[in-house]
Amino acid sequence: MCHTWPHAVEFPILLLTCPSLDLAQRSNNVIEFDPKVNFSNIGSSQHHVAEKMTRKIVPDIALSRVEKRFDGEDRTTLALSETDLKIPGGEFLVLLGPSGCGKTTLLRMIAGLTRQTSGTILIGSENLWAGGKRNPKATGNLGVVFQDASLFPWLSTETNIALPLKFRGMEKEARLSRARELCKTVGIAGFEKAWPRQLSGGMRQRAAIARSLSYDPSILLMDEPFGALDAITRDQLNLEIQRIWLAQGCTIIFVTHSITEAVFLADRVLLLSPRPGHIDTEVVVPFSRPRTNAIQELPEFQAIVKQLRDRLEVIT
Amino acid sequence: MIPKRFEISWITTPLLLIVFLLAWHFYVVHFNVSKFILPPPLAVWDSLIELLNTASTWRHTWITVYETVAGFLIACVVGVGLGTFLGKVYWLERTLNPFIIATQVVPKVALVPLFILWFGFGPEAKIIVAAVLAFFPILTNTVLGVKSVERGHRDVLTVLNATRWQSFISTELPSSLPTILAGMEVGIVLALIGAVVGEYLGGSTGLGHLLVASLNDYKVGAMFAVIFLLSAIGFVLYFLVGSLRRMMIPWHESVLLKGPNVAS
Repeated sequence: MCHTWPHAVEFPILLLTCPSLDLAQRSNNVIEFDPKVNFSNIGSSQHHVAEKMTRKIVPDIALSRVEKRFDGEDRTTLALSETDLKIPGGEFLVLLGPSGCGKTTLLRMIAGLTRQTSGTILIGSENLWAGGKRNPKATGNLGVVFQDASLFPWLSTETNIALPLKFRGMEKEARLSRARELCKTVGIAGFEKAWPRQLSGGMRQRAAIARSLSYDPSILLMDEPFGALDAITRDQLNLEIQRIWLAQGCTIIFVTHSITEAVFLADRVLLLSPRPGHIDTEVVVPFSRPRTNAIQELPEFQAIVKQLRDRLEVIT
Repeated sequence: MIPKRFEISWITTPLLLIVFLLAWHFYVVHFNVSKFILPPPLAVWDSLIELLNTASTWRHTWITVYETVAGFLIACVVGVGLGTFLGKVYWLERTLNPFIIATQVVPKVALVPLFILWFGFGPEAKIIVAAVLAFFPILTNTVLGVKSVERGHRDVLTVLNATRWQSFISTELPSSLPTILAGMEVGIVLALIGAVVGEYLGGSTGLGHLLVASLNDYKVGAMFAVIFLLSAIGFVLYFLVGSLRRMMIPWHESVLLKGPNVAS
């Protein structure tokens, strides 16, 4: 297997330094590993996506000519310049980039929390914004996990997790038993009755994930969910997010500024670049699922990390 | 119940009280202070016992408590109701704000004669005074509480497509409870002040009236006894509102700090 490896490393670097990087043009650079390369433990992630599609109907997300400007008092900031993006149902997409590159803005626009200045976002065939309002047909199947968990401190852990179901009119007993089940899924069984303040940072984030999963969303958006956690907890939760994603068959769009986290989790990494925010580079990550932390030691893994890091140094 | 650890204040606080009473006693005896200026503690104690054994005292006490609590409840209903409304409707708050500030800065005790003129010498006037005094801290704290819902919580509600009513019940109300209850703790004390001041100036019932009557009879010991009784009432009411806070917001930092942590 080793004789093909140097080729695989050179190939992406070659692409990264090619003239299409001209920022004025702002075309996305696609890095893909040579499909002929056959690593023993690397399967096709695309194949995996296709497998899950048969289990659950997950809508595609399509952004066309989406742009976001923030109007200040003396000048207008272009947070995200015109962007086209297609996210097939069931994909694990990671948005990676330095602060100020517009990755959170992009995520918040897909969540319908911030409205784009121009362009359209479709979830399935539904427009995210209809008649000036967040369209419930498009957003009803959307879950968001925020960096600071945003649990309601006046609700116990299980009632927090059950809250979305309460809003949907589910009976109390049914929704609480679902919440308790989810506590087991995310590994916080035994803390159902605890107040959020009594939980550790990692546990709060697990509870927030459980809350987002409660209504079985087909699209899960995660905005640096583990950004405030220590490295050990982070590694654990990354593994669990993968497990949950494999079990749920949903689309995950995950924002991070950690390169290794991005490469570990993603089917596809989009590297965003600041001033103005835009998608700079696209990397397809080929490792098979489920991935373990051991893959981080593979030279192939480290090569992708290095490419991204080198590119990050250029753009920041 | 969590077993309590021994605390030094269990000894020091009563000790300080004893030192205070002794100092009082020796000051009065040693400097031969007139009992019309400052009676010795034992004389006050006797007056207090006498006061508590008088049937009419309990009627006065009951009336003062009734006026205080009724005024406080009116202040709560109006203050929380109006405060929620003002906190939610931005333009209304902007419109009414100058008026609210204007009515805040008026020394409300100065309005007491006016209330007596309008509502007579009965308990109604005192209830109004108590309500007016307690109203403002409750109102301003409610506005503050309703307006300071965390952005992250708003985002969660947006994501979940929560209706206005769902957002209000699940988030705005509980998140503003700590500030509202803090306003109520101030409010109950002010309500008692309002009731007593109202009784000073008009009518023939209530502990405020009893205080003025004792003064007119030169019963200084009885005055101290009434003051003691009023303090006790204030203490109990304040404690009850405080307990309400611990009951209604057990999740809040101010209450939770005393409990054990499940995980750290």
